[in-house]
Amino acid sequence: MKKIEAIIKPFKIEEVKDALADAGIAGMTVSEVKGYGRQAGHTELYRGAEYVVDFIPKIKIEVVVKADDVESIIEKITEAARTGKIGDGKIFVTDVERVIRIRTGEEDEEAI
Amino acid sequence: MGDFSYIVDTLFLLFAMTLIIFMVPGFAMLEAGIVRTKNVSAVLTVNTMIYAVASMAFLLVGYQLAFGTWENDSVSKWAAFLFQMAFVGKTVNIMSGGVSERTRIIPLMIFTVLMAALIYPLVVNWTWGANMLEGTFLDISAMHDLAGSTVIHSTGAWALLAAIMIIGPRKGRYVDGKVRVIPASNIPLVTLGAMILWIGWFGFNGGSVGSISSKESADLVALTIMNTNTAGLAGAIIAAIIVYIQYKKFDITMILNGALGGLVAITAGADLFDIYTPILIGLIGGALVVFAVPLFDRLRLDDPVGALSVHLVNGIWGTIAVGIFAKDVSLAAQLKGVVVVGLFAFVVSYLLLFVIDKIVRFRASDDEQLEGIDVSECGVEAYPEFKRAF
Repeated sequence: MKKIEAIIKPFKIEEVKDALADAGIAGMTVSEVKGYGRQAGHTELYRGAEYVVDFIPKIKIEVVVKADDVESIIEKITEAARTGKIGDGKIFVTDVERVIRIRTGEEDEEAI
Repeated sequence: MGDFSYIVDTLFLLFAMTLIIFMVPGFAMLEAGIVRTKNVSAVLTVNTMIYAVASMAFLLVGYQLAFGTWENDSVSKWAAFLFQMAFVGKTVNIMSGGVSERTRIIPLMIFTVLMAALIYPLVVNWTWGANMLEGTFLDISAMHDLAGSTVIHSTGAWALLAAIMIIGPRKGRYVDGKVRVIPASNIPLVTLGAMILWIGWFGFNGGSVGSISSKESADLVALTIMNTNTAGLAGAIIAAIIVYIQYKKFDITMILNGALGGLVAITAGADLFDIYTPILIGLIGGALVVFAVPLFDRLRLDDPVGALSVHLVNGIWGTIAVGIFAKDVSLAAQLKGVVVVGLFAFVVSYLLLFVIDKIVRFRASDDEQLEGIDVSECGVEAYPEFKRAF
């Protein structure tokens, strides 16, 4: 099993969520994060003093999927989240050791 | 007619007083929005306690000191007291707002008692009250200060200046020779608070006319409130224009401060002007605020709410403006009032704050500031984690 973490632009969350639903993904975890990569920050103003805001709001989506599904999920996310402009985000794939459904005790692939 | 006047003027003062008391939540929300979330409970506690403690001290001690007597022939003496009492907490609040985010509550309360029982009542005594300085060379009763550009706004702000000098800036505010921005945590609250203050000003200035029970005084009250509002409009507009010219952006906190600056500036003479002069007074007041805020930062006087710029600078400007623009008011008399009250308020506040500080430290430690004053002083987080957990 693999965990797919996708950092995307906040306004893309509905599109990505719908794309994942079409692909049969039954659940996900979403959090509001801030970050930057090559998309630099910008300058803001407060009471006569300028300050640089480096961290840009993003949304992080985490889904755990079967290893076989990783490629197609990546494709779905990328297609939905891409705008072609800087700051579209990144996807990270990591191994998952175990998965447990709390309500029933089902494990691993049955719990996904 | 006598009973009717008494009744109507009593009602008028009670209504005006109620508007002024709206400045309590007004100030509270303004400050709650400007400070960081970790200091919000402390700021609200201070605002509440200042209203309670200052008003109580004025009831027990200050009012008598200021006016020499409670007796009143033209209105209910309780209404007369209440109207005056409404101002006291506001004066002290000007001082507390500017030292937010790094000040402990108990020493603040000690100073509150002293300010409400002694410093402020003496200033009122010399200007609106019994005038113990009558006939002496310090007599400043010739100064025309309708609702307190000097008596309230400058007095509170001079105390604030002394406090900022003694307590110092917030930790991390001035680093490596640069001003580090500490942004407001809740702009809607800042805006709500400032606008409630604006409304309260109608009672603040309108009520200070004192009576509404004749055609002349009814006109005067209406004119006073109109001039008050006009100055606020002008202050907001000029602040918006200047901020945009300087930075190509509209900073709502500066615009609101500009409006408040205009309101402070008109407070000394709103009853004396035609309907157009307040525009000029408000324009200058708002402009002064926009330039004063960064200036105080350059002087390393850390003032999260801009109280020095709004209340001190414009308290002085407003008082002087009466001497410039009003007939029958001497500029010299206005200046004398500004200087006498300024010296008294600043020096006495500085001394008292200095002494209190030696006994009960004002400044929250660096660790306390990092964690947030809410933790060290209140034990009540304004925005607790996991608030939807239950």
